[in-house]
Amino acid sequence: MSIRTRTPSIFRPRNTVDQGVLTQNRALLDDINRRNVLRGAISLGALSLLTGCDVSEDDSVQKVLRTVSAWNDRVQATIFRPHHLAPTYSASQVVKPPRFNAYYDIEDVKPIDGATWKLELAGRIDNKQPWTAQQIYQLPEQEIIIKHICVEGWDYIGQWSGPNLRDFLQRVGADLTAKYVYFICNDDYTESIDMATALHPQTILATKYAGDVLADPFGYPLRLRTSTKLGYKNAKWIKAIEVTNDFRETFWSKQGFNWFAGI
Amino acid sequence: MHWINAVAIFIMIGSGWKIYNDDVILGWLHFPDSIVIGKWAQYGLQWHFFGMWIFVLNGLAYLTYGIATGRFRQKLFPVSLRDILSTVNDALHFRLAHDDLTHYNAVQKILYLGVMTIGVLIVISGLALWKPVQFSELAALFGSFQATRVVHFLCMTAIVGFLLVHISLALLVPQSLVAMVTGGPVVDEGSAHPAEAAAEAEATH
Repeated sequence: MSIRTRTPSIFRPRNTVDQGVLTQNRALLDDINRRNVLRGAISLGALSLLTGCDVSEDDSVQKVLRTVSAWNDRVQATIFRPHHLAPTYSASQVVKPPRFNAYYDIEDVKPIDGATWKLELAGRIDNKQPWTAQQIYQLPEQEIIIKHICVEGWDYIGQWSGPNLRDFLQRVGADLTAKYVYFICNDDYTESIDMATALHPQTILATKYAGDVLADPFGYPLRLRTSTKLGYKNAKWIKAIEVTNDFRETFWSKQGFNWFAGI
Repeated sequence: MHWINAVAIFIMIGSGWKIYNDDVILGWLHFPDSIVIGKWAQYGLQWHFFGMWIFVLNGLAYLTYGIATGRFRQKLFPVSLRDILSTVNDALHFRLAHDDLTHYNAVQKILYLGVMTIGVLIVISGLALWKPVQFSELAALFGSFQATRVVHFLCMTAIVGFLLVHISLALLVPQSLVAMVTGGPVVDEGSAHPAEAAAEAEATH
């Protein structure tokens, strides 16, 4: 048997284990032949298929996975660049109409009556006077042509316009040092974002898509559009905004999706 | 490190298939529910973003160790075209040597170097998919978001291909598995090279 010098290893002790045990148990070692190893591997595979179990739902496993997910929230908040802009695109690349997404089908969208709708404000905000759609339309508009990236893996380029969220929060006297901005939607959807994202220059309260008032399935009359979050963070059909220091689980985070969901 | 990596790769591939199924790249390719990790999308995602820490931290430790101790230089280099051709020739004539498990043949060297490169690329493309805005400079290297997905997917395919060969061959040479668990055969500290050791043995006779 030709043998090379051992690679120097910091993990391998210089005085090796007594190899005599190998000679003594030669018969046993010979028994570990390839047929048995193969047979063992195949039965192990068969066993895992037969049980067909999914350990993900187990409470203790969920606890570990959600702890890591919460840790990932903190990592994402740390690497977040508050002034770094997402790539923007030209009007000719805009997909019309935008792609629909919600926790139900497009036929089940419940349209909002814009004439009676009001935006409620709550929490750490000085002026909690509700806003009508007409009042919001009179605010200065910002247009962003950005990519919408869904957690599922698809994406499209959309053209959104409406008041900048930082400007709006300043206008109503919100506490910009608070931790979260929480959105309550007309379809009982809830979503919240960290304050750094709320103050990002590409975070707006969108009222229009490609220059036209939002269509019902896409959040009429008011929705969030931010360039730094996955699709599901962009709450549609917003009916209330709350500025708060309390962390609350939201529609998808309750079900185990990552809360921060930054991109 | 190898076995930690094996667990991490298992988690990453299984959960990655689950995530892939939500928006397939190839219309005809859906991974069956029985072989993916995570019954629902969120579980697949949770596993993927849990496994990534194990894969990356273990991988960094492994690469640092391999480079710092000179293990890679010693075991994986040099690798020449002539060696590769002779190994392929040996393999086709069923006379590949397995008597010295501490020595890699040229094809092994190329495959191990290749899979390590793919391992690095799958992490880089993964970072570009996870943070296309925060790491927009990195994401720009891949072109579009969908192109990044394809790169990430092809890296996975390459790793799965490597694993099929790697695991089958390890099972065909079971003594390599014993070596992987026990830490390898005893090595004579005195002899620097098999040729020299053989020469010494000759001389003493």
